[in-house]
Amino acid sequence: MYRIISKKELNPTVTMMDIEAPLVARKAQPGQFIILRVDENGERIPLTVAGCDREKGTVKIIFQIVGASTELLGHKNEGDFIQDFVGPLGKATHTEGLKKVAIVGGGVGCAIALPVAQKLHELGCEVHSIIGFRSKDLLILEDEFKAASSRLIVMTDDGSYGEKGVVTEPLKRLIESGEQYDEVIAIGPLIMMKFVTLTTKPFGIKTIVSMNPIMIDGTGMCGGCRLTVGGKTKFACVDGPEFDGFEVDFDEAMSRGVMYRTFEQEQREHVCNLFKKEVQ
Amino acid sequence: MPNMSLKKNPMPVQDPIERGRNFREVALGYDEATALDEAARCLNCKNMPCVSGCPVNVHIPEFIAKVKELDFEGAYQVINKSSSLPAVCGRVCPQETQCESKCVRGIKGEAVGIGRLERFVADWHNSHSTEAPKLPEPNGHKVAIVGSGPSGLTCAGDLAKLGYKVTVFEALHLAGGVLVYGIPEFRLPKTIVQKEVDTLKALGVDVETNVVIGKTLTVDELFDEMGYEAVFIGSGAGLPRFMGIPGESLKGVYSANEFLTRSNLMKAYEADSTTPIMHAKKVAVVGGGNVAMDAARTALRMGAEKVYIVYRRSLEELPARKEEVEHAMEEGIEFKLLNNPTRILGFENPDDRRDPRNGFVTGMECIRMELGEPDASGRRSPVEIPGSEFVLDVDSVIIAIGTSPNPLIKSTTEGLEVNRRGGIVVEEATGLTSREGVYAGGDAVTGAATVILAMGAGKTAAKAIDEYLSAK
Repeated sequence: MYRIISKKELNPTVTMMDIEAPLVARKAQPGQFIILRVDENGERIPLTVAGCDREKGTVKIIFQIVGASTELLGHKNEGDFIQDFVGPLGKATHTEGLKKVAIVGGGVGCAIALPVAQKLHELGCEVHSIIGFRSKDLLILEDEFKAASSRLIVMTDDGSYGEKGVVTEPLKRLIESGEQYDEVIAIGPLIMMKFVTLTTKPFGIKTIVSMNPIMIDGTGMCGGCRLTVGGKTKFACVDGPEFDGFEVDFDEAMSRGVMYRTFEQEQREHVCNLFKKEVQ
Repeated sequence: MPNMSLKKNPMPVQDPIERGRNFREVALGYDEATALDEAARCLNCKNMPCVSGCPVNVHIPEFIAKVKELDFEGAYQVINKSSSLPAVCGRVCPQETQCESKCVRGIKGEAVGIGRLERFVADWHNSHSTEAPKLPEPNGHKVAIVGSGPSGLTCAGDLAKLGYKVTVFEALHLAGGVLVYGIPEFRLPKTIVQKEVDTLKALGVDVETNVVIGKTLTVDELFDEMGYEAVFIGSGAGLPRFMGIPGESLKGVYSANEFLTRSNLMKAYEADSTTPIMHAKKVAVVGGGNVAMDAARTALRMGAEKVYIVYRRSLEELPARKEEVEHAMEEGIEFKLLNNPTRILGFENPDDRRDPRNGFVTGMECIRMELGEPDASGRRSPVEIPGSEFVLDVDSVIIAIGTSPNPLIKSTTEGLEVNRRGGIVVEEATGLTSREGVYAGGDAVTGAATVILAMGAGKTAAKAIDEYLSAK
């Protein structure tokens, strides 16, 4: 069992938790992920590591409530326990030798992009961050990004905060204005990452994306997380989760990602109803 | 007087049609009278040919003699000296190619039902014995076991009985390895696996779940920081193989590992499970091994109306255990032999890219095969019959054509030699790898094989580890 040390709601659907897991905290690097199960009958859900405190032995996770399991997790409080927590899994973000990088984060993906930005910033790399949200009330981690970036652009779809528009617009503008990036790192919804690669490709800037497919074991056993990368089958859990964005078949990943959508919605409604009953 | 009947006592089973709709165990086990009748068929041969056919050398005639004397607990103790998992082996061993293939009674008639008797004895023990195992005198040495599948559990059990302090590290949230994620409930009830794991715990074995060796901890850390003096790697088979044909990423295409993990480990077959699985109506399973049979029979129990096994060779070459093939056939699974998939077809609505049916499997194109000249393995290799393609109407495809070794341990353990296919290289007689104090066995070494071979490897390594640490 793994204790929840702290819990903070970042916005109405996104929650941050520090989980006591010393073995994971000792090793976790930006870009890696963990798998957790909320309770005895829970499904295994992969979440990318959003930070860790090696001394306290805690791992930070930030998750959006999208299905039954994240709904259940969201109802847990400080001091509660979760059943299982395993990691760190996957490969860490490659940060060596990078001098100037643009980080593009979308929605809850910003939670994963932040530790990457922080690590690069610590290593002395110049970081430009572009973070996008649907609207102002979904904005998260702005101050943290500000501290880790020499330049920060916030975008909202509806213009309720920062600039109105999508993240690829300022990215293109920066590149066209002559900013020379060694790499662009994009973490967010598949559709965003796809369009980031379409934006950077004409300029030939290496673009890394973080894939978050459906997964079960996360250790290279089930093959559920397979993707087509450069025409070859790759497993996000052991070969990734980060890949060269120009090589990833995003359309296929998007199609596979919604395979269980109906089931997931029904499950979440079921869980929500249970909590409603409890309240009544 | 021995029972000279030429046939072994049949195994009582659930009705094929009824069992195809439930996940309860198919084979029901001998009752006492049947077990006694079957035990009486054993001639108690002096040279014990059956024992040489068993990878862990269970003293077969000796345990059967105890059955004849109605000393079932005594019979269990005889088996338990050689095998840590009798209730498992009695159910999943391919006895027909092992102990029973050497049985003298098999020369004229059928071999003694050794596996069935083993199962009877183990089940009797599990439901009658309340005796706590005798705790061995600790010898002060610590050994780490990587993986809690059949090889790891066997190695752990043997070492614990010798007084070693053993810790088993398991990557998943539940101990048992392939016994819990792979082999289905109807063939090996999970309570039986749990019982075997509990028995080991009672012997003083620690089981640490949620630890991925190669990630959470490395083999070097087990030695240098945690004070283990020897490590046994039984990490299992690894990444599923795909065929490399078009359409393998369509929705509804599973590796057998994924399909079975969803249904077994994650209990997707239970009505209130939180893990989704596709309840397909028409399913093709590609492959002919035990895993393919398990996947096909699971799909049937999940509600499929039609399940095919698609295999490129003929019935003779089917590598699955005979009993599983027979059970699958009785349950109505159709064997499409001498057929090879060429591509998987998916739904595509050209007018509506948002059509929710897009990207789901609608069929699998296959080509007919014929057997040609024998290949290097001595099996006649299948050759395509040009122009014989046809489409099998299915909405799910499960690929059960094997696995390739997991890269996590070898990529983080310096000096650990692997072969061309990625399997860990070991000395056959000891299981010793290229690193001092590191032993390995099971599918991590051989690639996908059987439970009992993995157990044999765990046993070999336990003996070698004991010799190594005793001499130190």
